Amino acid sequence: MSLRPLTAPWFHAPAGHEKLWIGVALVWCFVMSLMMPYWHFRGKQNSTGEAYTVKPDAFLERTQKFVEANRVGTFKNPIANALAAELPIVEPPPGGDAYLIGRMWQWYPALRLRVGETYRIHLSALDLQHGFSLQPLNMNFQAVPGYDHVLTLTPTSKGEYTIVCNEFCGIGHHAMTGKIFVE
Amino acid sequence: MTTASATLPVGPHSLAAPDAPKRVCDTTGLGVCLAAQRFIKLHAVVGIVFLLLGGIAALLLALTRWQTVHLLPADWFYRVITFHGINMLILWILFFEVAILYFACTSPLNAKLYSRKVAWVGFILMLTGAIMVDWIILVGKADVMMTSYLPLLAHPAFYLGIILVAVGTLVGVYNFFATLYVAKRDRAYEGSMPIVTFGALAAAIIAVVTLLHGAVVMIPTFTYSMGWTAQPDPIWYRIIWWGLGHQSQQVNVCAMVTVWYLLSNVIVGAKPVNETVCRTAFTLYILFINLASAHHLLVDPGVGATWKIWNTSYAMYLAVLASMIHGFTVPGGVEIAMRERGYNRGLFGWVVALPWRNPALSGTVLSVIIFGFLGGITGVTLGTQQINIIAHNTLRIPGHFHVTVVGGTTLAFMALAYYVIPLIFQRDFIWRGLARIQPWLFGIGITLLAFGMSFAGSLGVSRRSWDVDAQGVYGPAVHLWLGVLGIGGVLAFIGLLAFVLLCVGTLFFGQKNNGRPMADWGTPPIQAGAQIGSLANSHTATRGTIVLTLVFLACFVVYYFANWKALADVWPVR
Repeated sequence: MSLRPLTAPWFHAPAGHEKLWIGVALVWCFVMSLMMPYWHFRGKQNSTGEAYTVKPDAFLERTQKFVEANRVGTFKNPIANALAAELPIVEPPPGGDAYLIGRMWQWYPALRLRVGETYRIHLSALDLQHGFSLQPLNMNFQAVPGYDHVLTLTPTSKGEYTIVCNEFCGIGHHAMTGKIFVE
Repeated sequence: MTTASATLPVGPHSLAAPDAPKRVCDTTGLGVCLAAQRFIKLHAVVGIVFLLLGGIAALLLALTRWQTVHLLPADWFYRVITFHGINMLILWILFFEVAILYFACTSPLNAKLYSRKVAWVGFILMLTGAIMVDWIILVGKADVMMTSYLPLLAHPAFYLGIILVAVGTLVGVYNFFATLYVAKRDRAYEGSMPIVTFGALAAAIIAVVTLLHGAVVMIPTFTYSMGWTAQPDPIWYRIIWWGLGHQSQQVNVCAMVTVWYLLSNVIVGAKPVNETVCRTAFTLYILFINLASAHHLLVDPGVGATWKIWNTSYAMYLAVLASMIHGFTVPGGVEIAMRERGYNRGLFGWVVALPWRNPALSGTVLSVIIFGFLGGITGVTLGTQQINIIAHNTLRIPGHFHVTVVGGTTLAFMALAYYVIPLIFQRDFIWRGLARIQPWLFGIGITLLAFGMSFAGSLGVSRRSWDVDAQGVYGPAVHLWLGVLGIGGVLAFIGLLAFVLLCVGTLFFGQKNNGRPMADWGTPPIQAGAQIGSLANSHTATRGTIVLTLVFLACFVVYYFANWKALADVWPVR
C-alpha cells in the first residue's frame, strides 16, 4: 500500500522490466554526460566563461579607446524612435580584441567583423545585467557588471546581425538593440 | 502483529491514544488528525487564492505576448510578470506543499500533528510575507522579476516578504519532521513509513537545503536594500539564488511524484512496482539535485567550463535517472493493478480501461505525460552545457518550465484536490461534468502555450520581453507562435478558473458527506475471476509500460541530438 506503513520486508533487488529500464536509462545518462566533455574538446561551440574582473568605468574607458582607434563609420538605425538611434561602427583588427558594452538601453558600439576571422569580444555591462542575444543566429551570453566576459568568436556567415537584450533591465529592455555586420 | 513493541501502549501522538482529537475517514478508513485537517484546509485554501491571483496575471501576460492583442503597457507587463512568478512558483506551490506535508506525516502514519502552535506560527509568517510581497509588487516598487538579479534593486519589503515566506515554510517543515519523530517515538505505526510519506520526506529535506540557500542570498540583499551593507557580487548572487530557484523546483518534482504515487493508489489501487527502487530514486533526488543551480549559469562569465559541465550533469545525471525511474514505476504500478483487476487485453488494454472520466485520473495521467515527454526532455536538453548557448533566456526556457511546474506539478496538485476536498473538507464536488473536463482544458491549454513559447524561443524571441517588433528582427513565424502561446494561455486560464470555481463553489455549496463515503469519481471495478495480488511478485507484467518508456526514450534521443545539430550550425565560439 502506498498509504500504509510497510510491515513486511520490502527490500527487493530490481529484476525483470525494472532492471532493464534502469539499465537502459543509466546508459543514456552516461551518453549525455559524456557528450559535454566530448564537445568541449571536439565541438566548436562552447561557453568557457573566460572572464576578468573590471570596474564599469574602467571598461567604459577601454571601450571608448577602442572606438576612437578603430571607428570606420556610423550606423543610423532605420527603426523609428529606436533607443540606439545612432551608433559608431567599429572594426577591430582580425584576430584582435573588440569591446562591447551593454547599458540601458543599447549595445555600444556596432561592430564590423570579417568572415572567417577570429576575434576576442569583451562583453560587459555598465549598470544592470544584460543578455547578449545575437539574432537571427540565436546565440546567447550573459553580460554582468564587474565582469569582462571574453567570447572568442569566429563569424562564419556574412550579413547584418542584431544584438537583442534578453535579460530584463528596466522599462526600455525590449527595445535595447545593437548591431554586428559581417563582411 | 505480535512484535514486542506492538504490545507496548502507544504514546500521546498516536491517533490510537484515547483522547486524541480525530475522526476516521468514511472512504479510506484512515485516521484523520483534526489539528492536521484544519491546517491542511487553511494552507490549501490560501494556496488556491494565490493560484487564482497568479492565474489572472498569467492571462494578462499571455494576452500581451500575443503580439496581435498586446494588452498591457510595458510597465505593467514587467510588474505583472514579477507578480505572476512569485504567486505561482512560490506562493501557490509552497502553501499547497505544506498542506501535503501535514497530510503525509499524519494520516498514513496514524499520527497526531506535533504542534498546532508551531503550525499557526508558520502559517502566519507565510501569509504575512506573501501579502507583503504581493502588495509591494502591485504598488510598483519591485519591478525586478522573480529573480531580482542584482544590481537591479527592489524595495526592502520585497526581500523581507520573501524571507518571511521562507522562514514560515521552514517552520512548517520543522513541524513535519517533529511529527515524524513523535509518531515513531509514540509507536503510532509499525514498520517503515509508506512511499507517500517517504516522498514527502525527500521533498522536505530538499526544501530545507533550498530555503537555507534562500536565506544566504536574501538576507544580505535585504540589508543592502536598506543601505546597511555593500552590494553583494552579481555572479555570487546568481549562483546562490539559483540554489533557491532551481532546487525549489526539485521540491516540486518530489511533491508531484509523491502525488502520482498517492493518486494512482487511491484511484486504481496501484502499489510501487518495487519499493526499493522507488525509494532509491527519491534518495537520488536528495543527493544529486543540489548542483542544479548551474543550469542557469551555463553562459555566464566567471564560472569555468569544468564547473559548468560537472554541475550540469549533476554527477552523471543521477537525478534525471531518478525521474526516469519514477516515469517507469508509476505507470508500471498502474498497469499491474489494472491487470490484476482483470484488464489484461494486449499491451494497452489496461490504458483503455482506465477510469478516464475521473478528473483525478485524467489529471494524473496528463501530468505524467506532460512532465515527462515535454518538460523532462526539454529540461535536460536545454540544460546541457553547450546547447544552452542556443536557449539561454529565450522563450524556450519558460516553454520548458511551464510543462514541468504547471503541466506537471500544478496539474498533479489540481488532480489531488479532487480527493482532498471530498475527504478533508468532507464536501462532494458540485458541477461534476465540468470537473471531468477541467484537467483536459488546463492540460491542453498549457501544452499549446508551451509549444508556442518553445518554437518562438527557437526563433530567438527572448523571455520577459514586452514586445517583438521594436528590434526589427522577428518575422511572421514568430507572430504565429506567439498567437499559439496566447490561445494556449487563454485556454489554460479557463481551465484554471474552472478549477478555482469548482473548489470554492464546493466549499460553500457542496453536499456534506460526513458519515458516508465520498461520491465516487469512478474506479475500475474488479472483473470476474480476477485476483488482487496475483502479480505481486511478477517483474515482467509491465509489458505496456516498458514499451511506453522506450518510446519516451526514442523521443528524448531524437530531440537531444537535433539540438546538438542546431548548435553545430551557429558560429564557433569559446
